[in-house]
Amino acid sequence: MQKPEPIITIEHVSHSFGDKIVLDDINLVVRKGEFVTILGPSGCGKTTLLRLIAGFQKASEGKFTLGGTDVTETPPHHRPVNTVFQKYALFPHLNVYQNIAFGLNLKKLPSADIKRKVMHVLKMVTMTDYEERDVGSLSGGQQQRVAIARAIVNEPQVLLLDEPLAALDLKMRKDMQMEIRAMHKKLGITFVYVTHDQEEALTLSDTIVVMSEGKIQQIGTPTEIYNEPANAFVADFIGESNIMNGVMIKDSLVEFADHQFECVDKGFGQNEPVDVVLRPEDIYIFELSEAAQFTGTVTSCIFKGVHYEMMVITPEGYEFLIQDYHNFEVGRTVSLLVKPNDIHVMKKERLINTFEGVVIDKTQVRFLGHTFKLDEKISVANGSKVKVAVDFNKIILQDNEEDGMIRGDVRFILYKGDHYHLTVVTKDQEHIFVDTNDVWDDGDRIGITIPPESIQIINQ
Amino acid sequence: MIKRILSRSYLGVLLIMLYAPILIIIIFSFTESKVLGNWTGFSFKLYTSIFKSGVHHSLSNALWNTLIIGLISAFASMILGTMAAIGIYNLRPRARKTVQLLNTIPILNPDIITAISLFLLFISLGFSQGYTTVILAHITFCTPYVVLSVLPRLRRMNENLYEAALDLGATPFYALRKIMLPELKPGMISGFILAFTLSIDDFVVTLFTIGNQGLETLSTYIYADARKGGLTPELRPLSAIIFITVLVLLLFINQRSVKKKR
Repeated sequence: MQKPEPIITIEHVSHSFGDKIVLDDINLVVRKGEFVTILGPSGCGKTTLLRLIAGFQKASEGKFTLGGTDVTETPPHHRPVNTVFQKYALFPHLNVYQNIAFGLNLKKLPSADIKRKVMHVLKMVTMTDYEERDVGSLSGGQQQRVAIARAIVNEPQVLLLDEPLAALDLKMRKDMQMEIRAMHKKLGITFVYVTHDQEEALTLSDTIVVMSEGKIQQIGTPTEIYNEPANAFVADFIGESNIMNGVMIKDSLVEFADHQFECVDKGFGQNEPVDVVLRPEDIYIFELSEAAQFTGTVTSCIFKGVHYEMMVITPEGYEFLIQDYHNFEVGRTVSLLVKPNDIHVMKKERLINTFEGVVIDKTQVRFLGHTFKLDEKISVANGSKVKVAVDFNKIILQDNEEDGMIRGDVRFILYKGDHYHLTVVTKDQEHIFVDTNDVWDDGDRIGITIPPESIQIINQ
Repeated sequence: MIKRILSRSYLGVLLIMLYAPILIIIIFSFTESKVLGNWTGFSFKLYTSIFKSGVHHSLSNALWNTLIIGLISAFASMILGTMAAIGIYNLRPRARKTVQLLNTIPILNPDIITAISLFLLFISLGFSQGYTTVILAHITFCTPYVVLSVLPRLRRMNENLYEAALDLGATPFYALRKIMLPELKPGMISGFILAFTLSIDDFVVTLFTIGNQGLETLSTYIYADARKGGLTPELRPLSAIIFITVLVLLLFINQRSVKKKR
C-alpha cells in the first residue's frame, strides 16, 4: 500500500528558552489523515513542539512545512491548522454559537452558511440546542466539545490537540477518547495529539512519537512501541515492564538474572551487554514443575480487577513484576518461564559515564565544573583535554546536597530487577548515570561524590 | 452583650465623624449666609449663582477645567495603563517583577516629589505651562493605578485566549480588540474611575504644573480663595453636587457588580 503524502514535515527543529534547551534537533513527518500522538512526561517539550506547529512561538532553529509550503515564518493566523487547548480557552463573553462561529465570521462567509456549518458541528459533538448557552454555564466535558467544534468547523488541514482531556475525570475521559477517535475517522483530517497518558496514546493513535528531554526517543505504531521499545526509557514509559541488564552470549541466546534464555534477537556482538525488557504479562507463572526455566518466591500479590499483579524474587536476588489471571499466595515458590518471542533485547545506550575533562596537574582533573583528585599520577600535559570515564556503580549519592562535590537532581529512575539505574542532572544540565541499591525519588536534590579511585582517564 | 453595644456605638461614632462635615455642608448649601454655620433661611440662590456667568464666573470655569482635565487624563492613562499591563504580563518573570516594582514606585512616591520633578522637567524642556502640562502630569501619576487594576484581570484570564483567537484566523489587532479588551474591560473601567477621581482631587502636582496664565482647577481655586480670606459661599452647593454625583456613580458601579455575580 502506498503511504499518503506528508502534510507536516519538521526538519532539524531546536528550541530553547534562555539557556534551557527544550527541543533538540527534532525531525518528524506527519502523513495526511494520520492520528499522531506526541507522548512524553511533563517537561519533555511536547507542548512546545505543538505550539511551534501552531505558530504561537518561533523555533530557534529548523524548518516547518505544512501541506508542502514552508511555514517557518508564517504567523499563526495564516496557518491552516486549528488548536484545541488543554484549558479549552473558550471566549467567555461569547455564547456557544458565537464561539464556534468566530473563525467563520473572520472568513466573511455568508451568515446562512455560517449557521448551517455551526449547526452541523454542534450536532457532531452532540451539543445541539446549546447554541444560545453561556460558555461559563457548561460542564468541563461540554466546554471541551465546544472547543473541538470551534476548531473543526474551520475545516483545518491539521487539528492540533494539547492534552484536551487532562482536565476531565476518568469516566468522561474514556468517553471523549472514543468520540475523538470516531471524529477523526469521520472527518478524515490529520490529528496531532499531545498527551502524557500512555494508555490514551495507545488507544487513539496511528503513530506514536515518544519524547523525553527534548528529543524523540521512538516513532512507531502503538504495537511497535509497546512490543519493540527502542530503549529503556520507552519500555519503562509505555506500559509496565521488567528491565534487566543482560549479556548477549551469541545470536539467539541471552543471559540475564543469572540464567540463559533462548531469544529471537540477532546481530549483536558476542558477549555484548544489553538491556532486556520483559512485559509483566509475558512471564508465565505456574506450580513448581519440570517446565520451569527458573524459579522464584512470591513476595506480594495484589488483585487488579482483571488480573493479579505479583512480585516474585529469584534465589539470585532479581525481582520480577508478573501479571497473571491466577493467584499465587505470598511466600509460595513458583516456576517461571519466558518464551523466546517475548524477550525484547535492546542495545545499551551507554555502558559507562564519559565526560569531557581538562587536566589541571598530575593529580587533578577538572570535569562537570569541579576539580577532582586522582588516585594515580597521570603523565599528560597540564591543560590538555581528556575523556574521563566513571562506572555507573562507583558514584556515591548523598542525601545532603552540601556533602557532595557537585549537586544534582534525580530525573529518571529505572528499576533493573536488583538495582536502580538513575539519571542525575547537574545544574549545568550534564547527565550522570548512577547504579544504586538505595531508593531515591524523582526530583530529589542530592549531593554527588566521585571517589578518586573510580576516575579513569582516557588519553585522547 | 455589652461588647456588641460598644462595637455598634464605635461604628456609629466613626460614621458620624466621617459624614458629619459633608452633611453640614449640604445643609448649609441651602441658605444664603456668607459664613458657614449661620442659617438665614432656606434658599436655592447659591445653586443658581454657580452657573450664572458674572461674579462667580471663575468658579464655574475652574469646575469645567477640572472635569475636562480629569476626563482627558483618565482616558489617556486608561489606554496607556492597559497597554503597559499587557506588556508587563507578557514579560519573562524576572523582568516582570522589576517593571512591576518600577510601576509601584510612583504610587508610593510623595506627591510633592512627583510635582517638583515634573515642574523641573517641563521647565528644562521649555514647555510653557498650562493645560497640556497639567494633563501630562496627571497622566503620569494616574497610569500606574490603571496598570494595577488591569493586571489582575490579565492574570485571571485564560492564558490561551489570545492565541485561540489567532489560531482561528484573527489578526493580532482583531484578537486584541474582540477578545482581550472585552475581558479586560472591567479592570479598565475601574482604572478609569480611579484615575478620574485622583485627577479631580489632586492639588500638589496641579499647583506645580499649572503655570501662571490664569488657569485654575477646583483645588487651586479653592486654595487661592481660602488664602484671600473666607471661602466663597458657592463652594457649599458645589461640594454638595460633587458628593451626590460620586454617590450616584458608586451606587451604579456596585449595582453592576452585584448583577454580574448573579
